[in-house]
Amino acid sequence: MSKPKPKIRKEVVLMPKQDPKERSSNFNEVALGYTEEQAVSEAERCLQCREAHCVKVCPVEVGIPAFINLIRERKFDEAIRKIKEKNSLPAICGRVCPQEEQCQANCTMGKVGDPVSIGRLERFVADLEMEKGYEIPQKPVPTGKRVAIVGAGPAGLTVAADLAKFGHEVVIFEALHKPGGVLIYGIPEFRLPKKIVEAEAEYIEKLGVTIRMNAMIGKLYTLKELLEQFDAVFIGTGAGLPLFMRIPGENLCGVYSANEFLIRVNLMKAYTFPKYDTPIYVGERVAVIGGGNVAMDAARCALRLGAKEVKIVYRRSREEMPARAEEIENAEEEGVVFEFLTNPKRFVGNERGWVKAMECIRMRLGEPDESGRRRPVPVEGSEFMMDVDTVVIAIGRTPNPVIQQTTEGLQVTKWGTIVVDENGNTSLEGVYAGGDIVTGEATVISAMGAGKKAARAIHEYLTKK
Amino acid sequence: MYRIVTKLELVSHINLFKFSAKEIAAKTKPGQFVILKVDERGERIPLTVAGVDVEKGTITVVCHEVGKTTKQLGSLNEGECIQDLLGPLGKRAEIRKFGTVLCVGGGVTVAPLHFQAKAFHEAGNMVIGVIGARTENQLILEDKMRKVCNELYVATDDGTRGYKGLDFLKDLFKERKIDRVVAAGPIVMMKTVSELTRPCGVPTIVNLIPTMVDGMGMCGACRVSVGGKTMFACVDGPDFDGHQVDFEELMARLKMYAPQEKLAFVFYEKGGRSL
Repeated sequence: MSKPKPKIRKEVVLMPKQDPKERSSNFNEVALGYTEEQAVSEAERCLQCREAHCVKVCPVEVGIPAFINLIRERKFDEAIRKIKEKNSLPAICGRVCPQEEQCQANCTMGKVGDPVSIGRLERFVADLEMEKGYEIPQKPVPTGKRVAIVGAGPAGLTVAADLAKFGHEVVIFEALHKPGGVLIYGIPEFRLPKKIVEAEAEYIEKLGVTIRMNAMIGKLYTLKELLEQFDAVFIGTGAGLPLFMRIPGENLCGVYSANEFLIRVNLMKAYTFPKYDTPIYVGERVAVIGGGNVAMDAARCALRLGAKEVKIVYRRSREEMPARAEEIENAEEEGVVFEFLTNPKRFVGNERGWVKAMECIRMRLGEPDESGRRRPVPVEGSEFMMDVDTVVIAIGRTPNPVIQQTTEGLQVTKWGTIVVDENGNTSLEGVYAGGDIVTGEATVISAMGAGKKAARAIHEYLTKK
Repeated sequence: MYRIVTKLELVSHINLFKFSAKEIAAKTKPGQFVILKVDERGERIPLTVAGVDVEKGTITVVCHEVGKTTKQLGSLNEGECIQDLLGPLGKRAEIRKFGTVLCVGGGVTVAPLHFQAKAFHEAGNMVIGVIGARTENQLILEDKMRKVCNELYVATDDGTRGYKGLDFLKDLFKERKIDRVVAAGPIVMMKTVSELTRPCGVPTIVNLIPTMVDGMGMCGACRVSVGGKTMFACVDGPDFDGHQVDFEELMARLKMYAPQEKLAFVFYEKGGRSL
């Protein structure tokens, strides 16, 4: 008689986190990562489904059961190699992918217990490799074809890595002074340490990709000029323009766009001021308007910068919040207060032009709108004043317009996004686009997925050319 | 890295720099600006370009040491480098034949104004220049301005040189037919000029460089109210209709970080970059 199989645990191995009290006053990473034993123990929960539903929904098609099996066998080097066949930014994805809506939502284990923590396992092997030093795959035979990539965000970096592996010469043009796009300017240190972004960008450079900083396409060179020097161009300029509420008092001192607030804190490291030169002002009572991940990030930064009270003001209720459940929970643990069904009407300033209060109105939920969420409707006569000295507006971002404005013949939607076919091809020959510049503000991994597709299409185009 | 190929002290605490930046030089037109960052820990500051040499591949900026970053920049010498230089940013100034163009500049901005005045002159305009400074020994580029202006007036706040203040412009606007006014300089000066031209309705363009971080439309730190609408100086400007700008709001916003700026300056004065 064969030995009975050991029963598989239904409960996920929890990942250690910094204590909420402690972490709300530092910028160190909140989630601490699995130990080797924890990782192996979690890997043992994977059922190794023959038909892997997790892989089907992964935008970059990572061989999930295969890499998890290698972790179970403690072949960590092989596990990361397996991931990197498809994903060049695993330490980033392991941290910021919404796995609960993608691979983990489809995990068979999830039907009987907790789904396997795929993201934490990915992070574990990626971090391990980073500590040891990257393994650089053998350089392919050069094809002699040159590709320009506009924007060193998640989409651009993915396209670059994939094309470099095919043997094409790749140059990324990045307007900021550091690569990473939203990974470096938007997502805070405590959620995604910048040394990880720097390391993964460095890995992509080691694949043979050139990253040029301070090069804003549309200003320094037009897209047309790039096409004279390169065989193909990929546009991954993202959604970086802040939306404002267009209500009175929005230009008072102390009112920030989430982008400004986060760029100062993350890209410019204002939390170390005056060691780094860029300042930031955070008062005692901070209101963050919005309910997405960016709002959570801004609120948690404000707490860490010394605010006494940080409120998230959101016009719908908890159920409609677009932020990841994990981030909402983290924010709540740290002491962020939520004001649901509330919307600002105007900001009130003091005699020096600084915001001192915000007039709000209560909302109720009406019929569903085009997004499927119930539309918030103002409750008449419910206005009230909220004392604030800092406001961060985190109600969304729109596509960067410069390339569209400076490129004749490039088809654009009324929302300013670039029109592409299913392969990322734009209305111009040899010009591809992907990520937020095509979809509007979305996730890191969906941008990477679009990059992956575009890289394949560009390779095909260059091979035929 | 971007090398300083020329450094020239124009007057005390005002330096002219030529940076080696071939690609930027080839694309920059009058009215546009660059963002520079001195080193790894530096802040990003906008500076209006004061000239280009396409052949030599240099751009010129003139910088007044008023705070930590400008002081640090002023401590650099020829041959040394700054880490980051991004440009050209902002829209180009509208340069064409208007007739008579009055170019007013104050303090350090006389330098970028010269770049514009020269272009207006080459476009066939009659150019009247007005340059000012706090006091006589802070006046810059007078000779260079004289070469590109048909007439040049000099004014100082304290009257140590030329006219005292800008009141004399009132008479000038009465006596002369002026088709366009371009003002670049301290906010108070641009506001004064805009108020002077409002009654006679002469189109008045002001060049606004508020606090910026990225300089390409991402942060909105540089937002200004123009005719009741919010604009981003970095991408919608930097040139705006002076009769429509809310200068009070702009002045308040420029002071937003005054305490921090002071602190950074004190730290720098005490410890240099060693902190």
